[in-house]
Amino acid sequence: MTYITKPKLHHPSLVKNKAGYTRRDYEGAVSTLCAGCGHDSISAAIIQACYELDILPHQMAKLSGIGCSSKAPTYFVGASHGFNTVHGRMPSVMTGANLANRDLIYMGVSGDGDSASIGLGQFAHIMRRGVNMTYIVMNNGVYGLTKGQFSATADKGSISKKGQANSDESIDLVSLAILMGATFVARSFSGDKHQLVPLIKAAMSHKGAAFLDVISPCVAFNNHAGSTKSYDYVREHNEALNRIDVIESREEITTQYDPGTLTTVQQHDGSILRLRKLGEDYDPSDKIAAMKRVQEGLAAGEVVTGLLYLDAAPKDLHHHLNTVEAPLNTLGTSDLCPGSATLDRINAGLR
Amino acid sequence: MKPTDIKNPDYFHKVVDCQWACPAHTPVPEYIRLIAHGRYSDAYMINWKSNVFPGILGRTCDRPCEPACRRSRVEDETLVNGKKEPVAICRLKRVAHDYKDDDILDRMPKAPAKNGKRIACVGGGPASLTVARDLAVLGYEIVIYDQDPQLGGFIRTQIPHFRLPESVIDEEVGYITGIGNIAFVHKKVDSLKALLSEDFDAIFVGCGAPRGRELDVPGRTEAAANIHIGIDWLSSVSFGHTTKVGKRVIVLGGGNTAMDCCRTARRLGGEDVKVIVRSGFEEMKASPWEKEDAMGEDIPILNFLVPKEVTHNDGQITGVLFEKVKAEYDAKGRRNLVPTGEPDQHFPCDDVLVAIGQENAFPWIEADAGIEFDRWGLPKLDESTLQSSQPKVFFGGDAAFGPKNIIWAAAHGHDAAISIHKMLLGEDLTERPAPGMNIVSQKMGIHEWSYDNDPTIDHRFKVPHRAKQEALKDIMAEVELGFDPQLAFKEAQRCLNCDVQTVFTGSLCIECDACVDICPMDCITFTENGEEKDLRHRLMAPAVNPTQDLYIGNDLKTGRVMVKDEDVCLHCGLCAERCPTGAWDMRKYYIEMTHAEQACRTH
Repeated sequence: MTYITKPKLHHPSLVKNKAGYTRRDYEGAVSTLCAGCGHDSISAAIIQACYELDILPHQMAKLSGIGCSSKAPTYFVGASHGFNTVHGRMPSVMTGANLANRDLIYMGVSGDGDSASIGLGQFAHIMRRGVNMTYIVMNNGVYGLTKGQFSATADKGSISKKGQANSDESIDLVSLAILMGATFVARSFSGDKHQLVPLIKAAMSHKGAAFLDVISPCVAFNNHAGSTKSYDYVREHNEALNRIDVIESREEITTQYDPGTLTTVQQHDGSILRLRKLGEDYDPSDKIAAMKRVQEGLAAGEVVTGLLYLDAAPKDLHHHLNTVEAPLNTLGTSDLCPGSATLDRINAGLR
Repeated sequence: MKPTDIKNPDYFHKVVDCQWACPAHTPVPEYIRLIAHGRYSDAYMINWKSNVFPGILGRTCDRPCEPACRRSRVEDETLVNGKKEPVAICRLKRVAHDYKDDDILDRMPKAPAKNGKRIACVGGGPASLTVARDLAVLGYEIVIYDQDPQLGGFIRTQIPHFRLPESVIDEEVGYITGIGNIAFVHKKVDSLKALLSEDFDAIFVGCGAPRGRELDVPGRTEAAANIHIGIDWLSSVSFGHTTKVGKRVIVLGGGNTAMDCCRTARRLGGEDVKVIVRSGFEEMKASPWEKEDAMGEDIPILNFLVPKEVTHNDGQITGVLFEKVKAEYDAKGRRNLVPTGEPDQHFPCDDVLVAIGQENAFPWIEADAGIEFDRWGLPKLDESTLQSSQPKVFFGGDAAFGPKNIIWAAAHGHDAAISIHKMLLGEDLTERPAPGMNIVSQKMGIHEWSYDNDPTIDHRFKVPHRAKQEALKDIMAEVELGFDPQLAFKEAQRCLNCDVQTVFTGSLCIECDACVDICPMDCITFTENGEEKDLRHRLMAPAVNPTQDLYIGNDLKTGRVMVKDEDVCLHCGLCAERCPTGAWDMRKYYIEMTHAEQACRTH
């Protein structure tokens, strides 16, 4: 951990965004995670994404469970709402919060233990309900807080720091999220902000259940030879299927791309994703093809990254439940307690 | 770009902006830290070794270090009321002088047994005194000649005592003469040839730029009784020959001498004192703080006025007539002052002080003495050795390259001493000694450093001044009172410790981005290598200051390079603190110029 707070002094060229804030304004407290932790890079990417999206901090809520990853929300967007929940129960708290106030931007931050072990049931259900949120798993394949046991996402056959091989099958959260009905599914790497920042921006602009699996090496317990979640391993086996740019409107395309390499997708909120294909022909809107490609990658020992699946016109939980549009805390007494005549009418309808 | 060679002593020296800008290359951050620790004597000795006159310079230096100070580039305007300011380096130096222990004399060197060689110094100012100090400790016998009865040169004669008390001069000149083997001869040298014929092994000329430039306008001769050359007048005030001046005084000129003249005039009875300059206010040569101090004593500075005529009546001065001009710049950017066509302005006065520049004059050097001069009347010198066309004769201070300042004189003195010593040992003068470099990692624990790495956001602290009414009454009363230890500590804490360097070892780096993420100044980037011009614009934040280097680190597994923009680094050590592998380390580079004492090693 670091003893001094990050100095207030900043680069002279730092500029304010449309919300009137500099990137530094989106920082949180100084991290108490181990030096070199991938989670800190993801926090920095979230800071950059929120700055670029002109987010108003007080309109954002960060929720997390328990673990190294779940400490991370303290280290970004310090002026937003936050809720550090019970272990593995972040999804139900986030579902409740979202139902109560759909106007906030929800970001769930969890880890491989919090989401793939103790919270696996909750993880599946929040995806199938289609809660409008960005759900980030900072995935390092080990239980860092308890000194490096394999987590449920550790690949079968990967070697622990002490030299033992993992004999259990790993849980692939990306496959699970697609299967469970998430409408935006991507994977990235904490060591590649050029890929990660646009993915976070796209996920935050997505009006449905957006899931991001971010491989985040644990420098203390899982960054050795034999690990499949180390900086070196991920860099060597990274198969990026695409690069995306998030733009607010249909600006003219200034960069030249080879024909057929650029796909433009308009999301429900009007934001536009430009997908640049890297190498192979991959269509992220085809759910079955996406599941196939992810599984192929797993079988080949690749770390498949990029935007893997996207439903550009998702329907969220509020749509399914036909809920009131206004946040509950803005409803007046007459809305909440419409009187005995209304109650009688409802009761009559049930007879 | 090529990977940075940090073994080159100049690379990190340049990062210490203050030290690099200082002609004598004083290790500024080191002595500022010592002041913060209350170790004033240690801070004083670092200065004394490097710039010879800490007490004097702490009051009067032109401070080239301060405009260079990194602090003035990185402060946040919103935190300091819109004004980014450097650390008050100069006034901290004074603190080391004011609060050092009484037994400082015990730390001064003593002359060893004489080595049999004799050196003459012409002029008793800072350049000669530096040569004397550097060579006396090596056993040389030094003879200093000066026309004035006491050593110090223009430090004593031209700087008013309300800026620099005579006791400080006596003290610091005393430390030099106290070494031993230094004799002072109160005599004006009037022939170089005669001096050459004496039994000296080398001669150092540090006689300054003794001639004040003349005012050449009608009325100059008629009103001569009330027109004075600034430096001569100041000298006459200093020795007590002049004790009064008229009520209305006009000071011509915009340099520091003009500022000294006007403020002195205010103390000798001048009530309506004005400074009138040809140039614009901004282009004046005087240091900004000296202009401020003058204006603070109710002295207006009028600009763009060129003196045209001195008006007089029956041999009695009545005033000066000025033509109003404006600045125009030609295609090459050269400035021309052209009349505006407005009517001339007349300012009545009783005395005029002329401080429009100083010139070199060597009437005592005979044409056939073997010294060649250039067309500006300056001696032809080798710029690094300061040797003239007569191998035994060296020049330094204002006598070498025209009027500069005390700190340049000290730097020249060191260089000339090295040259003289090398020459007399039969070594090659042009081989200059490299600076000494002592490198110490500042790492103490996992996240603990042996320097205070937390930058403050305090605004520059002001040096307390004596109340104006009181200061103007007494020409001997020092105006600046200096920082007290508490203020000095706070000001010292503003120093960013730029000598504690961020040292990068690529082979240890795992490219986790922790340093990039934590850096408050966005000055670290990992990217593909490229040409400097291109690289400067694709960093985390653009590196727009081309005078500041990019630090390029290689040996990374991905084949990328680490690029650090030195320009705005706070030296807070957070990159090293967040680095999991020790690829970043904070190392103090104590860089010390090599003086004559260590410069020549014959063994």
